[in-house]
Amino acid sequence: MKASVIVFPGSNCDRDVQVALKKFQIDTTMVWHQETTLPKTDLVVLPGGFSYGDYLRCGSMASKSKVMNEVIKHAEDGGYVFGICNGFQILTESGLLPGALLRNNKLKFICKNVFIKTTNNQTAFTKKISENKILSIPIAHNEGNYFASKEEIQSLKDNNQIIFQYCDEEGNISGESNPNGSFLNIAGISNQNKNVLGMMPHPERSIDQLLGGVDGQGIFQSLL
Amino acid sequence: MKFEIFVTLKKEVLDPQGKAVEGAIQNLGLSSISNIRQGKYFTLEVNEAEESKATQQAEEACKKLLANLTIEEYSIKKLS
Repeated sequence: MKASVIVFPGSNCDRDVQVALKKFQIDTTMVWHQETTLPKTDLVVLPGGFSYGDYLRCGSMASKSKVMNEVIKHAEDGGYVFGICNGFQILTESGLLPGALLRNNKLKFICKNVFIKTTNNQTAFTKKISENKILSIPIAHNEGNYFASKEEIQSLKDNNQIIFQYCDEEGNISGESNPNGSFLNIAGISNQNKNVLGMMPHPERSIDQLLGGVDGQGIFQSLL
Repeated sequence: MKFEIFVTLKKEVLDPQGKAVEGAIQNLGLSSISNIRQGKYFTLEVNEAEESKATQQAEEACKKLLANLTIEEYSIKKLS
């Protein structure tokens, strides 16, 4: 497995995800956003951060950067693309994933551990996680409030594209366990082909007991 | 040719910032004011002589970058 981590001006979780990928022996190359080609790669990671200072809309400028043309081609050819936090926002802005990420409903930046349920474990990103497994993974965002039109939400449901949902420790998906106002407590979705995943929680921050937990490991193990 | 562009959230999209601003306006005692929605305003110049071509480019900028049509709508007005 070879991975490329795209680095935008303002990315700040690029190195963290590189450390996580390397921990699972995934050969990782850092790729600057102005590149017009991708190295030979199986997986493209769009890391968390504040690309372009979140100007205009989070992820909007990054989604138009040169390397994104190659990332879109890679996704259309069936290659894996994984967007975390700002990376998820870039994926919705680029059209690789449906919907949009709005300002959190309580207007606050939220930085805490949350519980998410693995709603779909039949993807390349989740196949080593047991069905409905509850994971404790940190979130750190101001715009994670997932929104999509009624038709898009229906299509996400019909095609099992909802991969992770915010829940409580027992796995209840409710208003109380929804940190940011996301439709259906959505924390992560895939495209129809299941080769593109975007999620707001940060699994790369949950791969070592020293960092406070290992619940993020399942995603990286699934990709091997 | 100069244009002004307004980008606003679609009416079915919740606008928590607008709501917060509305709360502050109410605190000022301006109780007749309601339904505040916050948006973005741009001005831009297009170096094209023909108005239709210039408008088309402004439209393209709106569709591809300035507005996210999943959640927002835009309006364009020619200034000069």
